[in-house]
Amino acid sequence: MTSDATVTKHGPDIPAAVKDAVLAGVIALGIFGPLVGLKTEQNMSNELVITTRWGLVAVIVGIVMAGRFLLTTFIWPTIAVRKQRDKAPPSAGRLAFLASFKKWFPSGSLVFLFLYPAIVVYLLGFQGSLKWVDNFGIQILIYVMLGWGLNIVVGLAGLLDLGYVAFYAVGAYSYALLATHFGLSFWLLLPMAGILAALWGIMLGFPVLRLRGDYLAIVTLAFGEIIRLVLINFRELTNGSAGISSIPKITFFGIWSFDVSAPNNFAKVWGLAMSSAYYKIFLYYLILLLALLTAFVTLRLRKLPIGRAWEALREDEIACRSLGINTTNTKLTAFALGAMFGGFAGSFFAARQGFVSPESFVFMESAVIVAIVVLGGMGSMIGVALAAVAMIGGTELLRELSFLKAVFGDNFDPDQFRMLFFGLAMVLIMIWRPRGFVSAREPTVFLTERKAISGSLVKEGHG
Amino acid sequence: MSFITEVEVDVTVDILPSWALDPVLSVEHVFMRFGGLVAVNDLSFTAGRGDITALIGPNGAGKTTVFNCITGFYKPTQGMLLLKHGSGDSYLLERMTDFRISAKARVARTFQNIRLFSGMTVLENLLVAQHNPLMLASGMTILGVLGLPGYKRAEKVAIERAKYWLDKTGLYSRADDPAGDLPYGAQRRLEIARAMCTGPELLCLDEPAAGLNPRESAELNALLLDIRGTEKTSILLIEHDMSVVMEISDHVVVLEYGTKISDGTPSAVRNDPRVIAAYLGVDDEEVEKVEEQLDEIIAESTP
Repeated sequence: MTSDATVTKHGPDIPAAVKDAVLAGVIALGIFGPLVGLKTEQNMSNELVITTRWGLVAVIVGIVMAGRFLLTTFIWPTIAVRKQRDKAPPSAGRLAFLASFKKWFPSGSLVFLFLYPAIVVYLLGFQGSLKWVDNFGIQILIYVMLGWGLNIVVGLAGLLDLGYVAFYAVGAYSYALLATHFGLSFWLLLPMAGILAALWGIMLGFPVLRLRGDYLAIVTLAFGEIIRLVLINFRELTNGSAGISSIPKITFFGIWSFDVSAPNNFAKVWGLAMSSAYYKIFLYYLILLLALLTAFVTLRLRKLPIGRAWEALREDEIACRSLGINTTNTKLTAFALGAMFGGFAGSFFAARQGFVSPESFVFMESAVIVAIVVLGGMGSMIGVALAAVAMIGGTELLRELSFLKAVFGDNFDPDQFRMLFFGLAMVLIMIWRPRGFVSAREPTVFLTERKAISGSLVKEGHG
Repeated sequence: MSFITEVEVDVTVDILPSWALDPVLSVEHVFMRFGGLVAVNDLSFTAGRGDITALIGPNGAGKTTVFNCITGFYKPTQGMLLLKHGSGDSYLLERMTDFRISAKARVARTFQNIRLFSGMTVLENLLVAQHNPLMLASGMTILGVLGLPGYKRAEKVAIERAKYWLDKTGLYSRADDPAGDLPYGAQRRLEIARAMCTGPELLCLDEPAAGLNPRESAELNALLLDIRGTEKTSILLIEHDMSVVMEISDHVVVLEYGTKISDGTPSAVRNDPRVIAAYLGVDDEEVEKVEEQLDEIIAESTP
């Protein structure tokens, strides 16, 4: 293999790397010494005193030196080797591995998803499973579903929608209001929330039909904010920022309830110890099925004329019109279907939380969902799912950063740095894979051979 | 009828040219103004059914504007565009939106700067072109999502049709490759195949031979003659390559500054002094001479 040769050629030159690292350390010391090492504080008699934090400076300089050392000895050579290897055609073994991975990954991960609660309960017991099923499982799956829903609008139809959270809110408030006021069941309200969200999707769609790219993004962003502000200010209906609480729980198709006081409580009926874990596990499977429904419908639609029209719209709208495709209807169906899945997810969210308020539907949520779609690779189902796991799972994992207190002192609050790490990770991932995790596009139909289409040919859509 | 006055250059008043007898498209007194600029000025011509009609003229003569009016991308400021199907149905194109012109009046077009769906495969491009019949077959998507067999059958038919055009354009072996990966000449052919997959009555080609080498250009001629011969599709084309225009077209319309300056068979147009003047330019003194010659030609052709 050529890679061995390149390793020796770019091989680590340790003394030079050490020199380089020391130089970086000196520069870091020059910068951080005064900035971090010296701190002025007011003492009790209102005098400014200088306190020193040399330990912290040492840690930072150490990090810089170690980082620089790693960069020169390990990361850069690895990147060079990879570049060299990417130029050469991949070996047969690698190709076979990739092909079998591609073949087995979706079904394998599906099996894992269905077994996940059982595995967690087996390992940690019912009480211990709560965090892993709820915070990780359900939370990630909600975003997988939202990502897949938005993927129809952004990934397939190429319409950049920055106000997707509005439809999530419509779904959530539909369930919250209709369930608390009229006592309707979740199973009736789930489709209704979807339909209402789809109607709002069409309402958003009409004014933005003529807009493209950045302008479309701005208007959808405004739409998301309008919905949130209406939810805050229409107090008579939505109870304002206080939100709606005590939203009824979802029942097991009306057979078993998960309310502690109900006579047909799941645990009572089966004679089990009381625990909220059953409800969480039930919710986990429910959102898993809802997400799979989204995936199933999207995969079907991609192979139907409407799905191809969406992708054609992303590629070239004028050519679409010259072929007799009604681009108005095509765009509106994309908005409506994307919104519908957002509505489903919203009503599930309301039922799971038992409480909704406008706080849950801020622009940040839209941004996270768009980021999931872009990071995953626009149009790719697997990519979007992986991105949701990385982003939502990653931010959840970043809650466990208390060990950093050992370095930065006791008043360090790792939660405040969550978004910093999150942003840094996104920047790195986008440098590593500019078109997202899965950039290649799978053709929807083939004559002799299914060949993936390189991401560089696929357009991102300009409205 | 108005077109009688339009064909005075090379034909007598009492013998109508073939394209005026059964026109697939009649353009009548079309104006297109962009603010103060008159891009098309009182243009009238007819394109005969089963003919290859060429629209030529120097750069900026308004040819593509005429195309955009016919295919609905522009609304003409004034005038009438009448499309007549062989079945007798007729459509007023100036009153229809662009996608309806393609879907209902069956006018297909290609673009001067190729507009393929570059991230989709060649086959997918041809299936997108058959969107409307497939959409009906999928029960406006609802039956298709449920996976009913009716749609599968319709898709097979659509794929057969695509295969037919892949064969004709010599793209069969590239069917599963992304359209953006094809060489330039193949992209031009694919665009024609995609337009033909819509089953058009009139095919409008905007500079189909631009950027083709002589061999590809000859292949294109054969393809267009085949479309006219086998498919009975009328063709309207804009072209700068005179070898294409003179070799395959039945009827040539010449535009200059948005005005029609000549209209007739290729040989008649080639020898028309006004066309020569438009392409090569003349001195002011020569203009009078040319006009005299023109009068003579008209006098000669009138019995």
